[in-house]
Amino acid sequence: MRRLKDHPILDFDRGEKVTFYFEGQPIEGYTNETIAAALHAAGIKVLSYSPKKRRPRGFFCAVGKCSSCLVIVDGRPNVRACMEFVRPGIHVKRQHGWVKPKGAEK
Amino acid sequence: MKVMETELAIVGGGPAGMSAAITASKLGIKSVIIDENPSLGGQLVKQTHKFFGSYRHLAGVRGVEIAERLAAQIHEDPNVDVMTHSTVIGFYDEGILAVYRKFPKEEIIPLSPKTVIFATGARENMLAFPGNDLPGVYGAGAVQTLMNVYGVLPGERILMVGSGNIGLIVAYQLLQAGSKVVAIVEILDKIGGYIVHASKVRRYGVPILTRHTVLEVKGDEKVESAVIVKVDERFRPIKGTEKEIKVDTVCLAVGLSPIINLVWQAGVEIAYIPELGGHVPWHDEEMRTNVPNVFVAGDLAGIEEATTAMIEGDLAAISAAEFLGKASPELIESLRKESHRKLEELRMTQFSEKVKIGIKKLKNWRRELTK
Repeated sequence: MRRLKDHPILDFDRGEKVTFYFEGQPIEGYTNETIAAALHAAGIKVLSYSPKKRRPRGFFCAVGKCSSCLVIVDGRPNVRACMEFVRPGIHVKRQHGWVKPKGAEK
Repeated sequence: MKVMETELAIVGGGPAGMSAAITASKLGIKSVIIDENPSLGGQLVKQTHKFFGSYRHLAGVRGVEIAERLAAQIHEDPNVDVMTHSTVIGFYDEGILAVYRKFPKEEIIPLSPKTVIFATGARENMLAFPGNDLPGVYGAGAVQTLMNVYGVLPGERILMVGSGNIGLIVAYQLLQAGSKVVAIVEILDKIGGYIVHASKVRRYGVPILTRHTVLEVKGDEKVESAVIVKVDERFRPIKGTEKEIKVDTVCLAVGLSPIINLVWQAGVEIAYIPELGGHVPWHDEEMRTNVPNVFVAGDLAGIEEATTAMIEGDLAAISAAEFLGKASPELIESLRKESHRKLEELRMTQFSEKVKIGIKKLKNWRRELTK
């Protein structure tokens, strides 16, 4: 997978180039990209594992509607990778199934 | 918690919502437009193709440019407050909308509007087949977002499922961006979209296989191949015609469904009209619902396209103005007439036949309900 350089119609304002971490590995991304887009550009498609059968899941809709791309960002679960923008230094992890946020009722 | 008040809350900043905000402002209504994305525009921001049709202001303009124009107009408008990075997470008693705002600071804002226009749009449909949850099976809209908004190539070898306008346009955009579209499969016996779009992909040598569908997608942790198959006249796979093709991406362009969660919470009757995309909020020609101060517009009200969505947004704003007593009956009537004339003009093509049937069904549905 790759970022587009020359597009016949569009110019891309990617923002600032920064480093963040996915499963502990440094990943290069841009501040105007979502986590899902930056990971896809780095060749990473598996973003979570399904709640029951732990099947690999990526994004499906990329606009925050399908919840197939839930990740853990700096310890916070249930973050949609397709809606959350890249910030320098964040630690992103794959979510395995449903995770209750801290403070949620048991 | 301080409750924020407004005359009109518009939920969704796509073409319908933006158009509603502009028209409402012209009628002297102060509104708040709420969208979960960082900027207004909705799905227009990823539409790089030129619009056609008879809507003379917009024919020949690309969707992304339309979004920029309307957003700029709204940002300059003192009657419209823009809340981006904000999601309406519920419609509560006494008509309070709970808004979860993420930026500039994370907070929940209770919003008490006198009227609400829901323009929440649609979500992409999924198809049932083994492997449909493998990473690399993407909605056509997702592919557009990745490619046209973020500039990331979705894949190198693509199978497109569905030959409606979205399937054809996205296939062409993938070719423009440098992917190889291995094939387009279409379960019906003819191509669904405009011939001009189909011709563009055919000129690239992409086969459009009618009476074909996807049977299965295979791969270890991600898409590696897809099995396509011929179907009979009842859409059953014909044994022995299976073909496995190497692809890394399967793109589903098999329709959209309205996002009705909020409008349903607001007490609006929901009808099932397949021609409009499935479950839709009941509404009349003026985009009024059974809840007197709640209006709908755009794909939520029935899957169509951006230009019709904009006019529905206008109509919803006009009805909100009527409810709020912001315009004379004469003005309301003449504005409505003008909007309906535009809608009629846009719905003249054969592709609008289905929508027209759906609108008719919705009318009859209401009649039966009130009997």
